[in-house]
Amino acid sequence: MKFTLPWLKEHLDTDEPLAAIVDKLTMIGLEVERVEDKAALLKPFVIANVISAEKHPNADRLRVCMVDIGDGKPIQVVCGAPNARAGMKGVFSAPGTFIPGKNITLAVGTIRGVESRGMLCSAGELMISDNHDGIIELPADAPVGKSYVEWAGVSEPVIEINLTPNRPDCAGVNGIARDLGATAIGAFKDKVPKPVKGTFPCPVKVTRDFGATASLCPAFGLRLVKGVKNGPSPDWLQKRLTAIGLRPINALVDITNFITFDRGRPLHVFDAAKVHGNLTVRRAHNGETLLALDGKTYTLDQAMCVIADERCVESLAGIMGGEATGCSETTTDVLIESALWDAVNIAQTGRKLGVNSDARYRFERGVDSNFMLPGLELATQMVLDLCGGSPSEIVVAGDPSPKEAVIDFPLNELPRLAGLKLPLPDVRRVLEKLGFFAAGQGDRVKIAVPSWRPDVHGRADIVEELVRIVGVDQVPSTPFPRGDDAPKAVLTPIQNRTRKAKRALATRAMVEAVTWSFVSKREAELFGGGSAALALANPIAAELSDMRPSLLPGLIMAAQRNADCGSADVALFEVGQIFKGDLPQDQFTAAGGVRRGLAKASGIGRHWSSKAEPADAFDAKADAFAVLAGAGAPMQALQVVPGGPAWFHPGRSGTIQIGPQNVLGAFGELHPRALAALKAEGPLVAFEVILENIPEPKAKATRAKPVLELSPFQPVERDFAFVVDASVKAADIVRAAQGADKKLIVGVTVFDVYEGKGIDPGKKSIAIAVTMQPRDKTMTDAEIDALAANIVAEVRKKTGGVLRA
Amino acid sequence: MSDITQLENELLAAIASAKDEAGLEAVRVAALGKSGSVSALLKTLGAMTPDERKVQGPAINGLKERVGAAIATAKDALGSSALDARLNSETVDVTLPVREAPTETGRVHPISQVTDELTAIFADMGFAVAEGPDIETDDYNFTKLNFPEGHPAREMHDTFYFPQKPDGSRLLLRTHTSPVQVRTMLTQTPPIRVIIPGRTYRSDSDQTHTPMFHQVEGLVIDKGSHLGHLKWILEEFCKAFFEVDQVKMRFRPSFFPFTEPSLEVDIQCRRDKGEIRFGEGEDWLEILGCGMVHPNVLKNCGLDPAEYRGFAWGMGIDRIAMLKYGMNDLRAFFEADVRWLAHYGFRPLDFPTLAGGLSS
Repeated sequence: MKFTLPWLKEHLDTDEPLAAIVDKLTMIGLEVERVEDKAALLKPFVIANVISAEKHPNADRLRVCMVDIGDGKPIQVVCGAPNARAGMKGVFSAPGTFIPGKNITLAVGTIRGVESRGMLCSAGELMISDNHDGIIELPADAPVGKSYVEWAGVSEPVIEINLTPNRPDCAGVNGIARDLGATAIGAFKDKVPKPVKGTFPCPVKVTRDFGATASLCPAFGLRLVKGVKNGPSPDWLQKRLTAIGLRPINALVDITNFITFDRGRPLHVFDAAKVHGNLTVRRAHNGETLLALDGKTYTLDQAMCVIADERCVESLAGIMGGEATGCSETTTDVLIESALWDAVNIAQTGRKLGVNSDARYRFERGVDSNFMLPGLELATQMVLDLCGGSPSEIVVAGDPSPKEAVIDFPLNELPRLAGLKLPLPDVRRVLEKLGFFAAGQGDRVKIAVPSWRPDVHGRADIVEELVRIVGVDQVPSTPFPRGDDAPKAVLTPIQNRTRKAKRALATRAMVEAVTWSFVSKREAELFGGGSAALALANPIAAELSDMRPSLLPGLIMAAQRNADCGSADVALFEVGQIFKGDLPQDQFTAAGGVRRGLAKASGIGRHWSSKAEPADAFDAKADAFAVLAGAGAPMQALQVVPGGPAWFHPGRSGTIQIGPQNVLGAFGELHPRALAALKAEGPLVAFEVILENIPEPKAKATRAKPVLELSPFQPVERDFAFVVDASVKAADIVRAAQGADKKLIVGVTVFDVYEGKGIDPGKKSIAIAVTMQPRDKTMTDAEIDALAANIVAEVRKKTGGVLRA
Repeated sequence: MSDITQLENELLAAIASAKDEAGLEAVRVAALGKSGSVSALLKTLGAMTPDERKVQGPAINGLKERVGAAIATAKDALGSSALDARLNSETVDVTLPVREAPTETGRVHPISQVTDELTAIFADMGFAVAEGPDIETDDYNFTKLNFPEGHPAREMHDTFYFPQKPDGSRLLLRTHTSPVQVRTMLTQTPPIRVIIPGRTYRSDSDQTHTPMFHQVEGLVIDKGSHLGHLKWILEEFCKAFFEVDQVKMRFRPSFFPFTEPSLEVDIQCRRDKGEIRFGEGEDWLEILGCGMVHPNVLKNCGLDPAEYRGFAWGMGIDRIAMLKYGMNDLRAFFEADVRWLAHYGFRPLDFPTLAGGLSS
C-alpha cells in the first residue's frame, strides 16, 4: 500500500515531520517498508539553460553543449539526446551526483575525446517516469539555477507500508489516517461523502443469479451518469496517481483508481453505450472467456464470479473489468459500479487466473460493506465535478448493511493478557478514535466494532487495539521466573540420543551434513522407499519429490558433489528423520554416514605415517558402533550378522540386531549397482542405524555405579591360532572360546587374521588372545593347561577349527 | 713394591685401557674370575699361618675390592658412552607432521550447534523440548491454528501436499513447527513451557528461502503469563544467544492467525561490511514473530481461554545462525560442502553450555 505525505494530510491534521509519522506507522502495526523521498534524492538536480549545442567533432550523434546553471560560468557537457539544442531549458546534474535511474554516481568524463563535466538528464534518469526518449525540456520561464524538484513539485515523499492481511481498512489512505489519528501524532479528518440525488431512474437493472449455489455477491450498487465529457483528469489527480506508480488513463478511470486508494473502495466504470441491456451477476460458465482491461484473455470456470450483460461476460467481478465495455475519451454515459464480493472467492479466482489488481487486493481482504453506497456517492460527485453529466438514481441488489458486532469487554482483560493497566477514559478515547463505540461505565464495557474492521471479533482483538495504539513499549518487561522446582532434564531419550550421536560421529573425524528430507523417486526406490503415499503432490523439483526412506542417498550424492569439487576423501554424517510411512509413528530418527576414498577414522587422506588405505566396511562398522555406544545401546547384546539391505555389497556388509526382531541398522561397502544407479563413484562405505530401535535402559533407583571388584591375582593371557574354513565367522570362534569357562575367561580378542602361504586354500587362520582372570587364587600351570585344552576343544566343536601347527 | 701392589697397578692399568665392555669383562675374568690373578691370591690365604693371614688377608681383600670397584666404575663409564653413541645414531625428524586429532577435524553442523545453544538457554528458564512429525494433517497445521479456509498459505504454491486420500483428506509437510504446539496442548495439562525446534517446509527457493528450513518455537500456557513476560523472555534470550550485555529490541504490532495480539520483533544492530553487531548501532533487524496465543487456538486445543492463556514465538534457526555466525547464503546450509562445513561448522567437543559460554 503506497501513498504520499500530502495525500495522508488530506485525511490527517498533523504538523509532525515525516520521520515521526513513519516511525509511528511502524509502531502501530502499519510497518513502513520504504520511504521514497524524491526531494532529498533529486535535490542536486538544477534547472539549466543550454547556451549552445554544436555537433561533436568525432561523433555524428553527439552534441557538445555549453550549459548555464545561473552562475555565469558555462559548463561543457557532451549530450547524446536528439532533442538537445541551443536555447532550451533542461535539468542538469554535476559530477558527483547520484543518478537514481542509472544507479551510478556521475564523474567527469571524456567522451570521444571531448571532456564532459556533467549531464543533461532524461525523466527516466530521475526516475520520475519511464521516459528515456531525450532529455527533459522545461518551459522557457523555468528559473535557471533553481532546484528542479522544488520548482516542479515532484517532491512529495512516497510511503509504502507492508500491510498485514487483517487490515483491509488501511488499504485506503483515510483508514491509515484514522489509525494515526488515534495516536498523539495528529487528528483524523473524517470526510463523509454526501449523497448525490439522482434525477432519473437507472435504466440498467441488476440481477444476482447464483441459482442453488452460494451467493458470491452480497450486494451490488449501480448508477448511470449521462452526458459526461471524459478526458485527461486534472493535474492534481494525475499527480496523486503518478506519485504511487499508477498510470493516469482518463478522468473516469482515474476517479475509480483514486477512490480505491483514498478510501480502500474499489469501483468499476462501464461505458454504458457498450453495455447490452441489463446486468446479471452470476458464476461464469465453464470455458467462457473475457478480454480484460490488462489486454489478456482469461478463460473462466464456474467457480468464478462475473458480471454479464445480455450478450456476454463484461467484467471479472471484483478483480478486473472487460476491455469491451471500458471507458474511453469518447464515453458520454457511464455506469458506476460499487459492489461487495465474497473475499475467499476473489482470492481463489485471482490466484487461479494469476491476476493481481488493486481491486482484488482489497476485496480479498474484505472491504467496508457500510461504505459501498457512500463510495458510489463519492464517485458520482467526482464524476460530476470533473466530467459533468446528470446522475440517475442508484439501483441496489442485495443488502450491504453490515452485521452488528458487539464485544463484551471486561477491563481487566487488558492487564490479564498484556500486563498493561489503562484507565477507562483512556480505553474509551483510544477505541472511539478508532471508530469503536464503548458503552457502560463499570469494569465491563460493551464495545461496538466498526464495519471496516472485519478482523476484530473478541476480547483479545480489543486488547491488541489498545496495546497497538498505546504502544507495546508501554508494556513493562516482566521477569518470568523458572519456578520453584529444582532443574531437571528436559530432553526426551530420543533427543538425548540424537545429540549424543552427532557428537560421537563428529569425534570420529566425520563432518555433519544436513541434506534435504526429500530425494528423487529413483533414489527413494533404490533405498527401500518410493511409495505413492510418500511422494509429494507438488514437489519443487523432480529430484526433490519423495520423502527419504534413508539418509544414505542424500549423503552419497553429497559425497559425490564434494568429490566433483576436489574433495575426494570425505566422511559425512547426518542424524535426522527418515520416513517409512505417512503416519507420525512411521517417522524415525536415523544416524547415517558415508566414508569415501581415504577418509578413515584414524585420519583423512594420505599421510606418511601409514599406508594409504581406503575406508572399508570396518570403518563403517566402527562408526555404527560408536553411535550405538554413544546413544546408550546395550553393546554386549548386539549381534552382527552377515549381509545387509539390497543397497549394500552382499559379501561386505553386516546387519546389527538384538535378535532378528529388532534390527538396529546396517553397515558395509555400498553395492556397486546402487552407486552406478546414483551415478556416484565408489568404493564408498556407509552405515545407518535407527535411534528409536535402541532399547531404553531400565530406570534405576540410584545413579551409583555397581561396586568395582578388582581381583588381587594376576590375570593370565594365552594366545591361540586356529585354522578354520574360510566361511567360519570370527565371532563364532570368540564365542566358543568364551564358552569354555564363562567365569574365568574375561576377555577374548582377535589379533590376527591370515589367509595365504602356509594355509591351505579355502582355509584361514584366526589368532585370538584369551585373558583368564582367577578370583580366589593364582592359577597353576596345570589349571592353565587344562583350560587351554578346553578352549581348543570348544572351538573345534563349534567351528571345526584346529590349532595351527 | 710388593707383588700385591704391582698386581694392583697392572690391573688398574688394564681396566683403564679397556676400550669397551667386552675388554673390561676380559680384565674382570682375568682378575676376579675363578682362575683370575686376584682369585689365585685369595686361594693362597688358606695355606698361610694365622699371623701371615692377618697381614695378607686385608691386603688381598683390599686389592679385590679396589679392583672390583674400579671395574664397576669403568663399566658405568663405558656403558654410558656406548649408550650415548647409540642414541647419537637414533634420530627422527621431529618436524614431520602428525595427523590432526579426529576431534579437531570432525564438525557439527551450525544448525545442530545453534539448536543445542537454544536448548541450553531455554532449559535454564525451565522449558522442555517438544517435537512432532514432519508429515502433518491440514487440521493441525492450519485449522486448529485458526487459519481460515482459503488462506493463501493453504495453497499448493506455498505448501507441499501429499496425494489426496480416498476420504478426501490430504497430508502435508508442516509449514511451521506450530502443529507441535497443538499436539502439546492436546496431550499435556498446563502449565506448559516448551520450545519446539524442527524441520519445516515451504515451496520456495532463493538466497534466503529454501524448500526445507528450520524453525524453533516457544510456547507457554498457564494462568498467569502475559505480554510483559513474553517481552522479558525474548530480551533475555537475545542477550544470552547473541552473547551481549544489552540488546535493544523493538516490538511492533503485526498479524498472525494463531496469536492475538501479534507482534514482530526487531533487534537493534550495526551493519558494517557484511558483519552485524548487536547491542549497538541504529539499524533494526527483524528476528522473530510472537504474540499471545489466540483464544480460538486455545479452544481448538481443548483449553478454556477464560481460564488459560499463554504466549508463543517463532523464529528461523537457520536465520539466527546466519545472524550470529555470519553466513550469508541459506542454501549453503544444505549443500554439504565440506569446505563450508569445515569453516562454519563446530568442533565436536565445543558443546554449548551456559557455564562455559555458548560459543567460547
